Amino acid sequence: MSKNRIQLMLCGGTGCHSTGSKKFEKALQQELEAKGLAEEIKIVETGCNGFCAVGPVMLVQPEGIFYQKLKVEDVPYLVEEHFLKGRPVKKFFFVEQKNKATIPHMNDIPFFSNQVYRAMRNKGVIDPEVIDEYIAREGYFGAAKALNEMTPEQVVEQIKISQLRGRGGAGFPTGMKWAFAAASPGEEKYVLCNADEGDPGAFMDRSILESDPHAVLEGMIIAARAINARQGYIYCRTEYQLAIRRLDIAIRQAKEYGLLGENILGSGFSFNIDIYQGAGAFVCGEETALMRSIEGKRGMPRPRPPFPAHKGLWDKPTILNNVETLANIPQIIIKGGAWYASIGTEKSKGTKVFALSGDVNNIGLVEVPMGLPIRKLIYDIGGGIPGGKKFKAVQLGGPSGGCIPEHKLDTPIDYEEITKVGAIMGSGGAIVMDENTCMVDMARFFMDFIQDESCGKCTPCREGTRRMLELLEKICHGEGQDGDIQSLEALAEVIGQSALCGLGQTAANPVLSTLRFFREEYETHIKEKVCPAKRCVALLKFEVNPEMCKKCGLCFKACPSEAIAWKKKEVAVIDKSKCVKCMSCFDKCKFDAIF
Amino acid sequence: MNKPNIIVINGQEYLFTPGETILTVARRNNVDIPTLCHMKNATPTGACRMCVVEVQGARSLMAACTVPAGPNMVVRTESELIAKARRMIIELMLTSGNHEDCLVCPATGDCRLQELAYKYQIKAGRFPKTKSRYDLEAVNPFIIRNFSKCLACGRCVQACNEVQVNTAIDFGYRGARTKIITKGDRTLKDSDCVFCGECIQVCPVGALIPKDAYKKARICDTKSVRSTCTYCGVGCQVNLHVKNNEVQHITGRGDAAPNFGSLCVKGRFGFDFIAAKERLKTPLIKENGAFREASWDEAIGLVAERLSAIKAKHGADSLGVLTSARISNEENYVVQKFARAVLKTNNVDHCARL
Amino acid sequence: MTNPIADMEKAEVILLTGTNTTENHPVIAAYIKRAVQFKGTKLIVVDPRRIKMAAFAEQWLRPYPGTDVAWLNGLMHVIIKENLHDKEFIANRCEDFEALAKSVEAFTPEYVQNLTGIPAQDLIQAARLYAGAKVASIVYCMGITQHVSGTDNVKALANLAMLCGHLGVEGGGVNPLRGQNNVQGACDMGGLPNVFTGYQPVTDGANVKKMEEAWQVTGLSTKVGLTVTEMIPKAHSGEIKALYIVGENPLISDADVNHVEKSIAHLDFLVVQDIFMTETAQMAHVVLPSLCFAEKDGTFSNTERKVQRIRKAVDGPGSAKTDWEIICAISRKMGYAMNYASSREIFEEIARVTPSYGGITYERIEHEGLHWPCPTKDHPGTKILHTAQFTRGKGKFHAIAFVPPAEKTDAEYPLILTTGRVLYHYHTGTMTRKSEGLNERAPECFIEMAKADAEKYGVKAGAVATIASRRGEIKAKVKISETAVAGTVFLPFHFVEASANKLTNAALDPISKIPEFKVCAVKVLA
Ligand SMILES: Cc1cc2nc3c(=O)[nH]c(=O)nc-3n(C[C@H](O)[C@H](O)[C@H](O)COP(=O)(O)O)c2cc1C
Ligand code: SF4
Ligand code: SF4
Ligand code: SF4
Repeated sequence: MSKNRIQLMLCGGTGCHSTGSKKFEKALQQELEAKGLAEEIKIVETGCNGFCAVGPVMLVQPEGIFYQKLKVEDVPYLVEEHFLKGRPVKKFFFVEQKNKATIPHMNDIPFFSNQVYRAMRNKGVIDPEVIDEYIAREGYFGAAKALNEMTPEQVVEQIKISQLRGRGGAGFPTGMKWAFAAASPGEEKYVLCNADEGDPGAFMDRSILESDPHAVLEGMIIAARAINARQGYIYCRTEYQLAIRRLDIAIRQAKEYGLLGENILGSGFSFNIDIYQGAGAFVCGEETALMRSIEGKRGMPRPRPPFPAHKGLWDKPTILNNVETLANIPQIIIKGGAWYASIGTEKSKGTKVFALSGDVNNIGLVEVPMGLPIRKLIYDIGGGIPGGKKFKAVQLGGPSGGCIPEHKLDTPIDYEEITKVGAIMGSGGAIVMDENTCMVDMARFFMDFIQDESCGKCTPCREGTRRMLELLEKICHGEGQDGDIQSLEALAEVIGQSALCGLGQTAANPVLSTLRFFREEYETHIKEKVCPAKRCVALLKFEVNPEMCKKCGLCFKACPSEAIAWKKKEVAVIDKSKCVKCMSCFDKCKFDAIF
Repeated sequence: MNKPNIIVINGQEYLFTPGETILTVARRNNVDIPTLCHMKNATPTGACRMCVVEVQGARSLMAACTVPAGPNMVVRTESELIAKARRMIIELMLTSGNHEDCLVCPATGDCRLQELAYKYQIKAGRFPKTKSRYDLEAVNPFIIRNFSKCLACGRCVQACNEVQVNTAIDFGYRGARTKIITKGDRTLKDSDCVFCGECIQVCPVGALIPKDAYKKARICDTKSVRSTCTYCGVGCQVNLHVKNNEVQHITGRGDAAPNFGSLCVKGRFGFDFIAAKERLKTPLIKENGAFREASWDEAIGLVAERLSAIKAKHGADSLGVLTSARISNEENYVVQKFARAVLKTNNVDHCARL
Repeated sequence: MTNPIADMEKAEVILLTGTNTTENHPVIAAYIKRAVQFKGTKLIVVDPRRIKMAAFAEQWLRPYPGTDVAWLNGLMHVIIKENLHDKEFIANRCEDFEALAKSVEAFTPEYVQNLTGIPAQDLIQAARLYAGAKVASIVYCMGITQHVSGTDNVKALANLAMLCGHLGVEGGGVNPLRGQNNVQGACDMGGLPNVFTGYQPVTDGANVKKMEEAWQVTGLSTKVGLTVTEMIPKAHSGEIKALYIVGENPLISDADVNHVEKSIAHLDFLVVQDIFMTETAQMAHVVLPSLCFAEKDGTFSNTERKVQRIRKAVDGPGSAKTDWEIICAISRKMGYAMNYASSREIFEEIARVTPSYGGITYERIEHEGLHWPCPTKDHPGTKILHTAQFTRGKGKFHAIAFVPPAEKTDAEYPLILTTGRVLYHYHTGTMTRKSEGLNERAPECFIEMAKADAEKYGVKAGAVATIASRRGEIKAKVKISETAVAGTVFLPFHFVEASANKLTNAALDPISKIPEFKVCAVKVLA
């Protein structure tokens, strides 16, 4: 697909940007030019490769050699060795944690080998700014098929057969959604793509948009065909400037190729896509709020029914799908719904993208088959917990989700199974927490987020979440009282039962699920005024336990305000009048001696 | 396929017209569902959540004001869960802002929150109360915005945007900081507000009150007299709220055309003239270029005498009568009858042309 | 109005002209705004000022003041030329179509553009919009009537509605908005020089006989009386010797008040009956205190012909009496016994002598009013007029010639002045200016003008300027506003201290005798 002998797929994701990929790229380009290699070797800045934990990363194609943790200083050596002498450089290979083996090929690295790429099949493989590279990988074949060989009913039928469910959180069957909108009477209909991605820490959608924007456009074209829409919008948060730029380019190129606009591929079907930049409120990801926002009004949810399939954007029949959902569509049309449904569990088919973050070795973006036990996600792909710490729980579904503790880790990735244990699949945020995490504090963090992001429209959510936050703060501050847990539960029940939109209805989930699995932590906070994980500053004494202190002095070195007195072979002592409670000593002490 | 339009509410079957909400059907059949934010003449927003009911098969409670009735839908309007939710919602409202000074609040007796708290016997207590983040605003001549009483129910927003279409106010900020704001969160005085007072009329509590409310009797202490506004030709139907032989407030009559509760700034606030000290109280006769007070007998005697004399001397058509577009039909009738039958002239007109 | 207010939400298109609705009829403005915002109604605004309603409009057409017949004829020209008129309606319900067609022939869009300044293309588009609607309503106010051509303007509007069959149907009609609460009632009650109640002509012997019987008098005059705009000059010339003025303040509301004041001073005897010592009352020989709407029982008839109750809520001040009690007392003194026990009794008499009010009783309008005509006790009232036929049978098209405004601008008086009301005040301000709040919002008179004009004539926003016409001058602060279009300035007329009607032209419409308040030539000086 390219005249170049070698393509260097350098990750241009945000993770690698922050570890210096841009500077590396510049140095590499200069070096290649200096060595006269620039003609035959081309650097391609790709979307997020997923393996952010070891960035900057680069894949050498077509060999499939994977380099990690690249630095500007390494450029001359790397070019000399690999590209002039043809000897791949071992020192930049991935090193497996357990037996320290180096793995040169990307596909052999467990992080990648356990994954199945469907929504992210082009990630790191194509240049997202060149439409030909997308086309070379079956790009727009799905759209062509849907437009020229299939009726709208057949398109909907294939999506139904695929059993694809919405990846934006709720997991609503996509085929059914399309069928409703297709059946809705009306000349004017809309297809919307939800790229608001407001969950703290989530970056699945952004990565897909940055690495494979055409897949999303193609998904939208097929959706438009299915319901006979002539206009689409991508609602993307303003912060995602790179994604927006690439979408812009993609739309422009697709138009040039006759893949968007009037009379697409000579089929007589016309469809346009515009990008709408959202102001970044979490609630704008909710479908009715998102539509209001596109209409230029304040993004506030409205009651459903009427559902968007009947009355959506400007009261016209509308479908809204998540980025990942749409990215799956082209392959389903090309290969058939049955192909898609061939992997997964009974009710959850295909794959799901997760953003692994928190206390896990391989922080990054992964796509795994449905049905994979969560344990494998965290240990095989995620590489386990760093620093030899113990796993405590993983939060799935962000602020609307719940935590899954050790003893539930064999739960398979499946909408219903995950719901059963009190979490939700959500959009794919997976925050791993080690033993140092206080679950009350974690619940407080999410409640703080939610009460701040509540749109303020309905009473239970607006007022209830702030009362819950107050209670959680009280508990974390050591002011918890008998009855607080009951109050939290009472509020949780009413908010969940009576809030207007999904934000409020799920707002109490983190509290309910931590109460379910870690109730004793709440009780210890309230009754004993102790935070077992030593995270709640107000409950810490900032004293050193002489029996546990190994006299290493690490805390002394870490303290920024000279509050710790220590001499060799002596127990450290903290002067509380100087202590600023920054927790540096807690973090540094390997022996849990500070309490 | 044609399912009959029957919904079951509390075990009873009721007919409905497609598009009607559960609330509409329930109300028509005298099934009581408490509401707070619901307004007859605006799109239901489902904001306050007081009207939650159980719908069989639904994952959570549903707001009766927004959910359309469906064939074979089975609804319960009272249950332990529903009561729990309603009680909690009232409690949450009571703890947000200042709802403790009912004794000195102008809305007392005409306050939906009070009514609901009484009905469900809720006292705030379990949760700490939070003072309002926003100060009272009284820098305009007509409306006090007391944010410490605002429940963010959004009725005023609906009234301003959907009823009067002045689009002066909307929700602003988020979460517990939510505030009903003008564009740019300026004071009403410097906004698009035209002081129609629709928002005051729909505010269920004392968050929006007339500027002079503290100097006037509370609505609940007044007697209300139905009437017609005296300004323009629209003929808005009003209630005059009377106490101590004084009109204390004017509100729009929600139950009658043409205005269904709406008024404009003049109709709602411009009634100071009724009790103005400049009102004429007694007949006046001009003598030597100055007026002096006179008795009715004297004044009427003088008018009758002078008119008769001029008529006798110059003929009936030397007299003219201007009746008025400001007085009642009955009075206009009497005035023209007077001109025609008594003065015997058709020189009668009014200033409609002006 | 031919149609009820609520109909506005049912119109597909509303043509709004000569009404600054948000300021003068805010509640009707709300109906129209709702229609546009939520019901998909399309609004055409034709007004020399960029009024608030223009922001809701599909099209805002800006004619030079006083050129209404021109653009109306232009609309009809386009409609007929493009064959958009309602042939069936015209054939069945109207007559003299050919005369109309001929009269508008000359009004090509280009010619109209010359006369009115409205771009030809806009006029064509508006014509298509109005004629293309299934139902369309025309709404107008004083901006149409207060011209020398006022009657012509109204007839032209009726022509337009008939031409498109937008009459006698829900959501359609020709709908004048009445400025004062009971203008409709004053007219209905025979407060006009040519008719008894219910528009029964005084020149018709049968009517006279009926009234003589009902009133038990003889010798009722069969001669049409004088209008207010005729009485005042006749007071000056001495033909009118005495005036009895009830609840009006012509000293501010009349055109060319300088002249009015002189005329009134000529009277031998002036009685003013009012609730306040108005400017007119100051000049009276006898002033009689009356009661306001909150202090008495009775009815008002609103702009949609709906008869609605008012009720006594409070006692009046001092010894003030209702207007009818006062008149009855004088009448008795003059030897004619008018003895009514209550307003209800008077109303019963009205119903007896007025066919269109015949079926209305206080009982029936206890909760909600009734629209006349309502001839019998079991008649539901008439919300929409002319559903089956017009009052005179067939609707007659009138060929209307374009007559330019009476006064023209020239080098000395280069600007056109139009007058009107502001939201916060009402008419001559007698009532609203007693409200602190209303005064705070609108404390004083102002000259509203476009930025370009202010620059051209060297006046600054907020500074006091002099505005003068050929009849007088006043001073007021300059307000630069987007609402004003260059060449035209606006003055509210509520303020005695800066009475706009010191400037206006008393030239009358030959038929309605309404003065041309809306157009006169002025200059503005710093
Ligand atoms: C508070 C809230 C925030 C949401 N945020 C997002 C989001 O950022 N991205 C997203 O795709 N869906 C989000 N959703 C879900 C959407 O409402 C909607 O269900 C989804 O976009 C539908 O697409 P899907 O069927 O493809 O999942 C959110 C829902 C709620 C209640
Ligand atoms: S649940 Fe929260 S976010 Fe949703 S409508 Fe209610 S207040 Fe707004
Ligand atoms: S007074 Fe009228 S315009 Fe002003 S905010 Fe209230 S509803 Fe809106
Ligand atoms: S001011 Fe009144 S009507 Fe408006 S949101 Fe607050 S409580 Fe509701």
